[in-house]
Amino acid sequence: MIETQALGKRYGDLVAVDGITFKVEPGQVLGFLGPNGAGKSTTMKMIAGFLAPTSGSAKVCGFDVETQPIEAKRVVGYLPEGAPSYGEMSVRQFLGFIAEARDIATDMRRKRFDDAVGRLNLEGVLEQPIETLSKGFKRRVGLAQAILHDPKVLILDEPTDGLDPNQKHEVRTLINAMARDKTIIVSTHVLEEVHAVCSRAIIIAKGRVLADATPAELEARSRYHQAVSLTATDTRAAREALSRVADVAAIEVDAQDGRITAFPKPGKQIFVAVNQVLQERNIVVRELALEGGRLDEVFRTITQGRAQEAQA
Amino acid sequence: MSAITTVCKRELRSYFATPVAYVFIVIFLVLSSAFTFYLGNFYERGQADLLPFFSFLPWLYLFLVPAVSMRLWSEERKSGTIELLLTLPITMWQAVTGKFLAAWLFIGIALALTFPLWITVNYLGDPDNGVIFASYLGAWLMAGAFLAIGSCISAATRNQVVAFILTVVVCFLLVMAGFPLVLDVFRSWAPQLLVDAIASLSFLTHFSSISKGVIDLRDLLYFVLMIGFWLYASAIVIDLKKAD
Repeated sequence: MIETQALGKRYGDLVAVDGITFKVEPGQVLGFLGPNGAGKSTTMKMIAGFLAPTSGSAKVCGFDVETQPIEAKRVVGYLPEGAPSYGEMSVRQFLGFIAEARDIATDMRRKRFDDAVGRLNLEGVLEQPIETLSKGFKRRVGLAQAILHDPKVLILDEPTDGLDPNQKHEVRTLINAMARDKTIIVSTHVLEEVHAVCSRAIIIAKGRVLADATPAELEARSRYHQAVSLTATDTRAAREALSRVADVAAIEVDAQDGRITAFPKPGKQIFVAVNQVLQERNIVVRELALEGGRLDEVFRTITQGRAQEAQA
Repeated sequence: MSAITTVCKRELRSYFATPVAYVFIVIFLVLSSAFTFYLGNFYERGQADLLPFFSFLPWLYLFLVPAVSMRLWSEERKSGTIELLLTLPITMWQAVTGKFLAAWLFIGIALALTFPLWITVNYLGDPDNGVIFASYLGAWLMAGAFLAIGSCISAATRNQVVAFILTVVVCFLLVMAGFPLVLDVFRSWAPQLLVDAIASLSFLTHFSSISKGVIDLRDLLYFVLMIGFWLYASAIVIDLKKAD
């Protein structure tokens, strides 16, 4: 479990994190979203015990990161941004060092090592110096290091950054597989990731929490939530037909591919009505889709909206 | 205690994972022999002792020890591994001490590899091996003091070259602290008490008595305190600078 209470970090006059409060329970995967420089990494560094907060507190499994740092660090697995590791060591040596430093019982070491290596498919590179590995493998070594002691809490700072789509998929599968009994925080600016792994998302900008909700709830804030998109052979007729639907608030046509999007009035559903009107008028539709909502749009509205407010 | 060993072992192993360690040891051995035999007139003196070797050692340390210490923390900061190291369940002083010990042991190994010199004097004459042993101990302690200073300066910058140059300068001033070069700067304005205090910080004064075989507790204590002080300072500097 992770619990922060008005957690803050200030460098001189610069406020990097401005009183963040949240709580994550075991079984939850919390996604940290935010523009670069929003304070995501700083918050994670404080929970992992690398940076000392300047105000507020953070607790990991009941251990305060400031007053019981060793106990807190023991239950946390942490992947720092960029997955740093000692390049001159081989993967085996590096994981061996982590196992020793984390004081994993000798009889458990073999089992934990095999488990982490197996989960991240590192068998083929065990004897290679880490600096000779590809970016994807380096990231996996970083993840192996983080899960080696089977921690109750996992803090992963941009775990899929710079990975190819297959590797991203693997990492997400890994996070999902571990999510059941662990408390996990993942920071990312890849929004599709939120859907793939997170049960909850927090949007941070300028050191403050701007939204804290499930991915579905966030999507519901989108203008595109419950909107209907379609491409018709006769765009003009289709557009005319859509304008007849009572609950449609606005209609947009993409100038490039002629795709029409009809936006519902707040809280209304228009899919059935749209379908009906199209059939009545015999309009041929090549494609018809119900939009769930677009996270990137929600992300932009939330983070930029607040930024503009702050500037004004 | 075991955490210190773990950190120390990893660090020491990393020295030997690259050619740096071997290059260092070879240069150290070549230069120390050159100083001993050519500049120190080892044969011409006609005395079976290692004084020529030990009297040049501080000057050799001045450039070689900062080359070892410069990477201690600046590399960790530059590569980001400091974040990994300090989020492991170990304390700051375990990390600082572990890394320092690795560097100190490494210099110890280099120092121990000068044993052919010791064999040579024993072959040529009948030296006082007690004095030689004391001198080796003093030389190792002095290396520790150099390293601790280097550790602190290395923690302050992520640039190894800057760390190297600053360490050389600070060590040079401390080596020379008992000599007019440094003392004259203070003598004109500072009270005699301060001048004496600075003079007593001199590495050379403390080391020269040890290298003559006089083990004064005060000299040993001086180097031990020096190491303790600079390691403590390292921990503070790391704490202050790790965020940026």
